Amino acid sequence: MDAQVQAQGRGPGVDPADVHGRRSYLIGLAYAVGLTLASFWAATTSDVYAPAVPVLLAALAIAQMGVHVTFFLHISSAPDQTNNFLALEFGIFITGLVIFGSMMIMANLNHNMVSMDQLMQMQR
Amino acid sequence: MSTAEEAIRRMTDIPLSMRGPAPARVIAGFGFWLFLLSDVILFSALFSAYAVLSGATAGGPSGAELFDKGHVFQETMCLLASSVTCGFGLLAVQKADSRGMYLWMGVTFLLGLCFLTLETGEFGAMVAAGHGPSRSAFLSSFFALVGTHGLHVSMGLIWLIVMLLQVKTLGFRPMVQRRFFCFALFWHALDIVWVGVLTIVYLGAR
Amino acid sequence: MFGRLSLAAIPYDQPIIIGVGAVLAIGILSVLTLVTVKGWWPYLWREWITSVDHKRIGVMYVVLALVMLVRGFSDALMMRSQQALAAGHAVGYLPPEHYDQIFSAHGTIMIFFVAMPFVIGLMNFAVPLQLGVRDVAFPVLNSVSFWLTAAGVLLVNLSLFVGEFARTGWLAYPPLSELSYSPGVGVDYYLWSLQISGLGTLLSGINLTTTILKMRAPGMGYARMPVFCWTSLASNLLIVASFPVLTATFGMLLLDRYCGFHFFTNDLGGNPMMYINLIWIWGHPEVYILILPMFGVFSEVVATFSGKPLFGYRSMVLATMVICALSFMVWLHHFFTMGAGANVNAFFGVMTMIISIPTGVKVFNWLFTMYGGRVRFTVPIYWTLGFIVTFVIGGMTGVLLAIPPADFVLHNSLFLIAHFHNVAIGGVVFGVMAGITYWFPKAFGFTLNERIGKSIFWCWFLGFYLAFMPLYALGLMGATRRMQHYANPHWQPLMIVALIGAVLILFGIALTIVQIAVSVRERHAHRDGTGDPWDARTLEWSTRSPPPAWNFSEVPVVDGIDAFWSFKKQGSPRRDLQEALMDLHVPRNTPIGFFLAFFAVVLGFALIWRIEWLAALGILGAVAIILKEAWRTDRHVEITAEELAAFEKAHAAMSVKHVHIVAEVES
Repeated sequence: MDAQVQAQGRGPGVDPADVHGRRSYLIGLAYAVGLTLASFWAATTSDVYAPAVPVLLAALAIAQMGVHVTFFLHISSAPDQTNNFLALEFGIFITGLVIFGSMMIMANLNHNMVSMDQLMQMQR
Repeated sequence: MSTAEEAIRRMTDIPLSMRGPAPARVIAGFGFWLFLLSDVILFSALFSAYAVLSGATAGGPSGAELFDKGHVFQETMCLLASSVTCGFGLLAVQKADSRGMYLWMGVTFLLGLCFLTLETGEFGAMVAAGHGPSRSAFLSSFFALVGTHGLHVSMGLIWLIVMLLQVKTLGFRPMVQRRFFCFALFWHALDIVWVGVLTIVYLGAR
Repeated sequence: MFGRLSLAAIPYDQPIIIGVGAVLAIGILSVLTLVTVKGWWPYLWREWITSVDHKRIGVMYVVLALVMLVRGFSDALMMRSQQALAAGHAVGYLPPEHYDQIFSAHGTIMIFFVAMPFVIGLMNFAVPLQLGVRDVAFPVLNSVSFWLTAAGVLLVNLSLFVGEFARTGWLAYPPLSELSYSPGVGVDYYLWSLQISGLGTLLSGINLTTTILKMRAPGMGYARMPVFCWTSLASNLLIVASFPVLTATFGMLLLDRYCGFHFFTNDLGGNPMMYINLIWIWGHPEVYILILPMFGVFSEVVATFSGKPLFGYRSMVLATMVICALSFMVWLHHFFTMGAGANVNAFFGVMTMIISIPTGVKVFNWLFTMYGGRVRFTVPIYWTLGFIVTFVIGGMTGVLLAIPPADFVLHNSLFLIAHFHNVAIGGVVFGVMAGITYWFPKAFGFTLNERIGKSIFWCWFLGFYLAFMPLYALGLMGATRRMQHYANPHWQPLMIVALIGAVLILFGIALTIVQIAVSVRERHAHRDGTGDPWDARTLEWSTRSPPPAWNFSEVPVVDGIDAFWSFKKQGSPRRDLQEALMDLHVPRNTPIGFFLAFFAVVLGFALIWRIEWLAALGILGAVAIILKEAWRTDRHVEITAEELAAFEKAHAAMSVKHVHIVAEVES
């Protein structure tokens, strides 16, 4: 039964081969706590060059999301996880497009176009 | 070689994509994974709105003035811990271990409830002080983004209660196990979204 | 007690609506009475309303779309006639408040309740059959998706008689759609009906994507899937990726309207441009959701009726997936004029032009498939040839509009209207008609009348050109869209020509109804006894017409592209891997979809009119239904091998021995 499941590919979150199941979660927890503490430190410290802080925060966040995906969701680039991995890639692609595309477009629009607040002030 | 091993060996000669329909557990898990990705895209639209409107405070308070990092740290730890306990609970479900399942899923529920209590407390305080969602576009986008996440957590807790009742009444049949897998996926994904919320909204507040 | 609802919501003072309402009420009552008197309710309930069979659900989607086509087209006729009359000092017969609702309803209905159900219905029907499997991944969810779409239909139609519809255009841009400028219920009707049906569509996207990626017949690797399945995969991936953005954006507008949020308001920091950006992130993939499956239909039709394999399978697949990815990178071309500036406009302009290239590859592949083949000029081929000519013209005007300086002149003119109707009618409508004609015998066991089918084609084809070519000219002359009235009397002759074109299309629609009636009457003469009336190439034609609930009694084992063609030419391959006939189970029917949709309508209506207790009732009802379904353990119907054998034996005795090719070669 298990072998048949393996033969057909795995659903995400399923890790039947891992007998010591809890280990994966505990390692993930350790990494996640570390990264969270690092994020909180990065947000409040003055030791890091200020304009670099957002980049550092983003890197820490991405790393932590990766920890969740790997250690909690057990998604990897293994051949029986291809569909799950590709779906995740697709999701990341679209998310990036939506967020960064919107930010870029709106920044350009806001720069060129008078905001509604200002327009309404002018009409008074 | 036994017939089962023969069959497996023959099957592994055939590429994965040509072995016919996948079993129900894989289908359910993958379908739910797609749903979760669509949910992440829904959040990305809310994140975009937040990114664009976070500066539009309309004379009201900004994020840096409103957010309490200690409070947020507690929320984060609650949710992270609940993700791990959920994983332990799922292991118990896979082994049809009733006691373990009730224990770990129960702890997951309580941790989730702590998270929600902390968050509603934060929201309530902001609204009471006049910094509700109708004060400015920034606050609208904050409440919508973080509130949607909180709504998802609430839905998750209700779902967890239903799942506990399902195990009690129907046992660990495959249908129930599949649904638990999906719940665990959902719960982990919510923590991933929270990492985004934490970083962009709370830690990124200027 | 009833929120904002009162008797004043019924438009007593608008004779047209009251007249339509009366006719509709009589019509619906007659149908219901007929069904009751004939005792058809148990059959309808058991076989259709509670069905979770993808074939039945697909048919219901198409029927729903056909019914809404009549409503959406009535709006079109009203718009065309108003514009034909209201030139210079004339005011026409539709006041602006009414006209605004008509063009908003026309767009909303045609995109969401005609085109989407048509396309989703065809994909639902054909994809599992082409993949050689018994149903979609989540049959109950499939039923829920359909009924949620029907719930959206009901709400939109209710807006005609109780209250009003949005006056904002089909995308409801703020600030006009905000509460301060649209205080009535119109925008709320629009938003809630689309949120409900949008959820159904998203679930359908998840369903079909999972089906295509995780459920295919043994041996059918990705490179052996029919092209229609590839285009359906691309379309459903786009649904999964884009509909959440629509849900979120409408959600934000709803928060603005109901809870005083300030996402898109004029004051307190809101940014209406943000709405337009987000809505088109959904809106552009949406049109590719509609057109990609139609490209798939044409691929199947062209290969079948040319008697040749599709030319360039790999390049078709690659072009499809490239279009899928690129469709997410062009959305700003819908608002070049909003002011993002030259750099941003240039990027999106170039991307928009690039996306026309894979489409061109597809057109050449279709042409090369026909070249050197023995083309049978059946009705689906008529639609295909009409599509190739028409869609290419529409695509070219699209590339023209993709150039930002040109778009600054033509944005929101009738040129734009002509362009998107060109690709929507030439692409989506023609594709739907081809697909329906092609798969009708599979669904019902008899073919549609060919002669009437060709007349329908000519009505649509000539009608389209008469209706929309003048609009290109008018757009270049400066005519804008959504005009209830215009000052320049020189435009009127072209408007009249456009009206004549619309009337011609009306004949086409009327003939469709006639065709169905005539074909049903003649069904015994045109029965499809073999399951393969077209001498086709893909697996769905290996089943009986109509297929049994379980689709395939024997699981087909596939070893190449066009699996059915090789079965026919060489005989079915190795049977040793699969035992001949085994017990199987099919999903049991369930009323959950219907009941969920009922409570969705209750909830939607209650939210629109702000009736709190009714909304709570709707939510509770929906939750109760979901819980009941969660505890349903009796989910399958067992079909034994003996029953399968008996079925196969009975149908083998009835089938015609030779393959019956339905064709009339044009002389």
